[in-house]
Amino acid sequence: MTAIEARDVALSFGETPALRGATVSVASGEIVAVMGPSGSGKSTLLHCLAGILVPDSGEIHFEGRRIDTLSETERSALRRDRFGFVFQFGQLVPELTAEENVALPLLLSGVKRGAALAQARPWFDRLGLTGLGRRRSGELSGGQAQRVALARGLVARPGVLFADEPTGALDSLTGEQVMELLVTSAREQGTTVVLVTHDARVAAYADRQVIVRDGKVNALVHS
Amino acid sequence: MSVPMTLLGLLEREPSHGYDLKRDYDTFFSRGKPLPFGQVYATLGRLARDGKIVVGEVEPGVGPERKRYVITERGATEVESWLTEPVEAEPNLQTVLFTKVVLALMLGRPAEEYLDVQRATHLRRMQELTEIKRSGNLVDTMLADHGLFHLEADLHWIDTTVARLDALRTMVAQR
Ligand SMILES: Nc1ncnc2c1ncn2[C@@H]1O[C@H](COP(=O)(O)OP(=O)(O)OP(=O)(O)O)[C@@H](O)[C@H]1O
Ligand SMILES: [Mg+2]
Repeated sequence: MTAIEARDVALSFGETPALRGATVSVASGEIVAVMGPSGSGKSTLLHCLAGILVPDSGEIHFEGRRIDTLSETERSALRRDRFGFVFQFGQLVPELTAEENVALPLLLSGVKRGAALAQARPWFDRLGLTGLGRRRSGELSGGQAQRVALARGLVARPGVLFADEPTGALDSLTGEQVMELLVTSAREQGTTVVLVTHDARVAAYADRQVIVRDGKVNALVHS
Repeated sequence: MSVPMTLLGLLEREPSHGYDLKRDYDTFFSRGKPLPFGQVYATLGRLARDGKIVVGEVEPGVGPERKRYVITERGATEVESWLTEPVEAEPNLQTVLFTKVVLALMLGRPAEEYLDVQRATHLRRMQELTEIKRSGNLVDTMLADHGLFHLEADLHWIDTTVARLDALRTMVAQR
């Protein structure tokens, strides 16, 4: 079954064409790496798939439903309830503790504070962050903050996790730990993952890799 | 991996029986291809002949495994210089891939498609190695890492070469 799909999507920023007929389909539970040179349109594609940007033409479908024609309010509800996000720099909310950050998606969809925090806490042990739940993001290393961001992306058991260079700011070994956790947790939860990365060693964790070039998606051609 | 140097290195650690050497070799260095006992003893024989090891006293007891091998000064010096000497940094300009790309351009063939297929092949191998890492022990992981970093370097070269193909095509056409 297809989880999420872009059909012939085009999008320009003013004069700059970022996507020119991008088509990609990700099966439910699949982990797909989106690779390609800088400026090729990877992040733009991810933002279109996630309903953050609306394409100029083409269609986006999530679980068989067209989502690019939804209103901004409906798309934002969809993002909140069904999608998770991890970006290159964790982008934790500095005023909140680490565990409040993890609980945030639950709080935003109306889960009571106690219940949300109770769901957030077990993530700290499994991510090797035991005892760090009360710290604020300024008191965490880059690798720790990125693991907190990963937990936040997955805590609400999203249908799709969108990750844009989630290991981009980390050294190889820390990046590897984050990828290991991402893959293991996504598999356990059956979460579909769209992973943007220019790093082949990160992409190698995915089930399948596609390459974006000049705003189009190329499947890898095997010999 | 050089078997004689590895066995010599293991003996530098401590005097050992052939059986122990084989076991340690298989654990760390054999990569799924156990070292045959025949090769262990043949190698030890040559090392002894060359004065790099000596055979210790035969120990009393039952079974065939009663000889202990001991490294000599000459053997230890050889281990030392082998460890200190860097491995030759290969001048990668003559790699198969390079030759393929230039030839393809000379023959007016689609070099970019060949490189795309190569990229896919590399990525598939990287996927396999990552799987090994995720399920294996520390030794497997370290060896897989070595492969992964090399494949990654090749991929960087492939990406950069794809970006340079037009320039390269022009250069090749001018000759
Ligand atoms: N908000 C924006 N406003 C104007 N142009 C943009 C904007 N976002 C992206 N672009 C342009 O769209 C093109 C695709 O950008 P995109 O961010 O999708 O690339 P990318 O593949 O993610 O690159 P990178 O690997 O560097 O992150 C580029 O030419 C970029 O300059
Ligand atoms: Mg980007």
